[in-house]
Order: sequence, then structure tokens, then C-alpha cells
Amino acid sequence: MSATLTEHDAAPRTPGTRPPGPDTRSGRAPKKKKFPFAPWMLLAPSIILLFVMVVYPTIVMFITSFTDLEIKNKMLDTPANFVGFDNYVEVFTMSDFPAVLARSLGLMVVLTVLIVVGGMLIALLMLRLSKGWRLLVSIGLLLAWAMPPLSATVVWGWIFDTDYGLVNWVLNTLTGTQDFRGHGWLANPWSFMMVLVIIVVWQGIPFAVFTFYAGLGQVPDEVLEASQLDGANAVQRFRLIVLPYMRNVLTAVIVLETIWNLRIFTQVYALQQQGGLVSETNVLGTYLFRQGLGEFGVTAAIGVFMVLLLMGISYYNVRSSLKEEEA
Amino acid sequence: MTTQISPAVQLAETPSSVTPRTQKARRTHRFGAPKIVINTVAILVFLCSVFPVYWMVNMSFTPSNQIISRTPSFFPTEFTFKNYITAWSREAAPGQTDFPHALGSSIIVAIAVVVVCALFAFLASIAIARFAFRGRYVFIVSVLVVQMVPGEAMMFTIYNMIDDWHLMNTLVGLFIVHLASVVPFTIWTLRGFVAGVPADLEEAAQIDGCTKSQAFWKVTFPLLAPGLVSTGIFAFIQSWNEFTMALLLMKGYNLTLPPWLNSFQSATEATNWGAVMAGSTLIALPVVIFFLFVQGRMTGGLVSGAVKG
Repeated sequence: MSATLTEHDAAPRTPGTRPPGPDTRSGRAPKKKKFPFAPWMLLAPSIILLFVMVVYPTIVMFITSFTDLEIKNKMLDTPANFVGFDNYVEVFTMSDFPAVLARSLGLMVVLTVLIVVGGMLIALLMLRLSKGWRLLVSIGLLLAWAMPPLSATVVWGWIFDTDYGLVNWVLNTLTGTQDFRGHGWLANPWSFMMVLVIIVVWQGIPFAVFTFYAGLGQVPDEVLEASQLDGANAVQRFRLIVLPYMRNVLTAVIVLETIWNLRIFTQVYALQQQGGLVSETNVLGTYLFRQGLGEFGVTAAIGVFMVLLLMGISYYNVRSSLKEEEA
Repeated sequence: MTTQISPAVQLAETPSSVTPRTQKARRTHRFGAPKIVINTVAILVFLCSVFPVYWMVNMSFTPSNQIISRTPSFFPTEFTFKNYITAWSREAAPGQTDFPHALGSSIIVAIAVVVVCALFAFLASIAIARFAFRGRYVFIVSVLVVQMVPGEAMMFTIYNMIDDWHLMNTLVGLFIVHLASVVPFTIWTLRGFVAGVPADLEEAAQIDGCTKSQAFWKVTFPLLAPGLVSTGIFAFIQSWNEFTMALLLMKGYNLTLPPWLNSFQSATEATNWGAVMAGSTLIALPVVIFFLFVQGRMTGGLVSGAVKG
């Protein structure tokens, strides 16, 4: 049943009754030309919630970012002063924010590339597997995907533990030395980032694999076979036939991964708890969090910047989702 | 009703779905690297994915004196439930929370989020999938845009707001924050399900003598049940795993599970890793179970347009 329901979604809508669509949205119902109360009543709870919890705080944050609001204004109930772009200037010139931003963006690129490439390779692998093997791989990936990020980080942190970690033991055993005894992986910012990348990629790949695998099913086999007969090798077939067919899927995954990887918080925060140098390993989310309560104007400026950055990246996602709606 | 739909669906699907499958099977046999290489890689992928999960469960059953040893044990040779007992019943410092209470808080918030979010999203998705009205398109665009606003960027503004409403450190406050973060996605997903049930079915039921609301509740609603279940589970997982805002808004006795695990890990003297692993396993368990139910639906929902495009 579930499968048929989702399949039906793709089917063209019947032109019979109340077809939703942009072309019919104005005054479609001939019975009543009055204000459409029914749909707005249905939408009201969601609209109120989203207005109060998303739209309103966004506006407040935007305004706050141009003031010097501090926690003492809240305590003493005094109004904050308007300071223009001072907070933005301070964030970008007098703090370590630029370094954090660069680290976040770099991490985002590395993570997205690894997840997309790895996901595609495993999806291609799944295509070649027989049913039992494919099930085995799917179960493994599902488990990794289902792990709560915090639990996953705790386990990985322990695997890389300084004294009793598995990685140090394996490296000692392999090299036959005691060189890695007490090697602290999280102490060095670079190896901290490596551990972080492993955790996020490990959890991120399953989503990419399953989505790509679904997308690969849409590449018509006739075209692949025809190109094969015309003498295209495996790489050419992938580049010239599979990739163009997968363009939509690929873009969707890349956009989503970019957004998610720029927003990572839990893994970084939990790994810092296990022994990372906070100032050298912060990303946007943890940096903002660790600013703490106090200078609300400055944190609001950071927040506004993050919103603009992420909204810019997700512009494409919104547009492609709308195309689906209009189709 | 159900039996009437499925043959038509099957008919529609048959020509497209059967042929490629047989051809794919043939292709697999004809080309590709040797089976043994492919299967070895498959095993490697499987082991890499499963190992950390296995390691967590393994350690949760291993006595602490064995966990803190230079040679790791790959099986719990001295199988013990002691870690689970410690994680569950370790008494919290005054004003702090223990596992059972954090579990209670997490369950209350998550269930409330599921119920209210399913209701809100259900109403909204009916409106956008079944009614044609001025403003419908604007609402859809707004939902998509709102879904992309990163909640954690506004953490301190939301903190101030919740504080002004005197909801700081209450489950209600956390509930509202979680609710707002899942509702846009659930509206978007459910809309697909509602649109997937043909309005013709309702019409047919009305011709057969049902009233409009009867037609909806007896025909459309049962067909939407799978959609409601999977979006509900999605909301549950989101709320259950949410860490950032719970860390910021909740203190001491009112912590939910993720911040509890965080404080448990740092508070346990010389960190009792067995108990931490037992705690993580307990937190992961419901998510893993629910996840297995909805996984197909989740990928579908996130990129449905692209996959079907």
C-alpha cells in the first residue's frame, strides 16, 4: 500500500475535481466567490506557529543585530542603543569569526565531496550486487544512518580514545611498536578534524547511497546497452549517460548535504567535550553557542550572517521543490 | 476500497517496472568486475558501517575493568548487564537528572511533538492539496523558505523569547521549539500523500451516497494513514535526537536524554565508559527501530521531486 501511495504521487493529477495548481488558484470555485474560509482555517495553526517561532524571531534577530543589546539590558530592563553596523564590523574584524567561517566552509566542502563521491560509488556497487548481498549492505548502512549523532560521536570518540582506544591498539599491533601508545587524536586540531570527518561521512553516506540508488534505477537500460554496443566504456557510460540522467538527484543531494554539513553542531560539540581544543576546532554552530548569553547584539549579527549564507545556498533547493509543485 | 485501487496501480506499473528489472539482471551478469571483488567490497562496506554500532553494544555489555585495558576485547567475554543498571539507576547529583527522569522528559516532549505536528501538518496539507484558493502558492513558498531558516542561528533570540514567556527550562518551551522545527517538513511530506490519493475516490464515494465528510473520513483518511505514521515517526526522531536547543534551554533536573548523556559522560568520575555506552545504546534503540519503518519514505520525501523529476 505504501509503495502504491508514493507512486501515485508521480502520476498526473486527475483533471476532475478541485485540481490544485497555480493556474486555478484564483476564484476557481464558482459556487462562492467569497473569502475562502475553509482552507485558511486549516492553515491557521501552522501559520500562527511558524510566524511566532520562525518569522518573528528572524525579524527580532535582524533588529537586535544593529543594537548593543546585552544581558544587563535585560536585567535592568533598559533599552539598547542603535549602533548601526558596529556588530558586523566587530565580528568580521576583531574576533576569530573569520577563521571559524573558513574552517566551516572548508569542512563543508570536504564532507560534501566525500559523501557524494562515496555515496555514488557505493550506490553503483549496490547495483552490481545480487539480492542477498545488497540486503546485507543496506542493513549495515541503515544502522549507521539510524544512530543518533550524539551516540555515534561518543562511540567514535572512544574508538579514537587516547589510552584505551581501538585505533591506537590496532596501529600499535600493525606496526609492532608502542609508538601510538597514548597518542591523543583529538588534541591536534587537524587529527580532530579527521576524526570529525570520519564520523560525519560515516553517518552521511547512507542517505546519499539510498537516494542515488533510487536515481540509478531510473536510467533506462536500453540507452546503456545501446551505448555499450556503440563502444562506450564503463567510465564513458557513467559520465555521458548515467550522470545526465541523475542530474536532478545529484543536485538535490549536493544541496542538502551542503546545508547539513554547514549546520553540523552535535558531532563537533560532543567531540570537543571528549578532548578537543575548542578554540581551534569551532565551526559556525558551536562558535555561536559558545559565545554564550551576554552580547546579544553580536550573536545576533553572527546569526543574521548564518541565515543569509544558508538561505543563499538553499535558494536552489527551494526553487527545484517549487518546480515539482508546479509540474 | 483498497482492493479496488491496487489492480489499477499494478496495471499502470507493470510495463515500466518489469522489463528493466530483467534487463538489469542480465546486465549484471554480462559486464562488471569479477563477482568476488565486488562481494569483498560489499563486505568491507558492511563492516565499516556496522562496526561502530557493534562496538557500542559490545562495550555496553563488557565489565568496566575490561573496557579499561590496553588490549580491547572484541566480544563481551564476561557478559554483564551491570553497565545498564549503572546507567539506569546511577543517582544524580542534587538538582541534576537521572536516566529515568530524562527518559520521561524526552518521551513527553517527543510524543507531544508527534501528536501536535501530525495534526497541524494534516490540516495544512489538506488545505494545500485539496483546495484551490488565492494565497495557496504563497503559502507553499513560505513553507519551503521557512524550512530552510537555520533554527540554531537564532538560538539566543529564541532563548530570549522563551525566557520572556517564562517557559525557560520547561518541557512546554522545548516542545514549542521542536514543533516549529519539524512542522514545515511534515507539511511538505504529507502534502505529497494527500495529493497522491485521487480526489476521484472521494467523488465516487459521494456519488455512492456518502456525505462529503464521510467520504473523507472513510475513504481518504485510511489511505493517508501510512503517510501520517511515517511523518509522525520522522517528527519523533527529530525531537528525540535534538541536542542544541535542549542543551541551551534545559537545565539540571529537566534535561532530556541527549544533554543528559552529554553531562553523564563528563560528570562520571574517570568516565565509566561501559555505562556511557549502555546509555547511548538505550538512546539509540528506539530511533533505530523506528528508522527501519520509515527509511524508504524519508529519502523519498526529501528528494521526491528530484527522483521522480
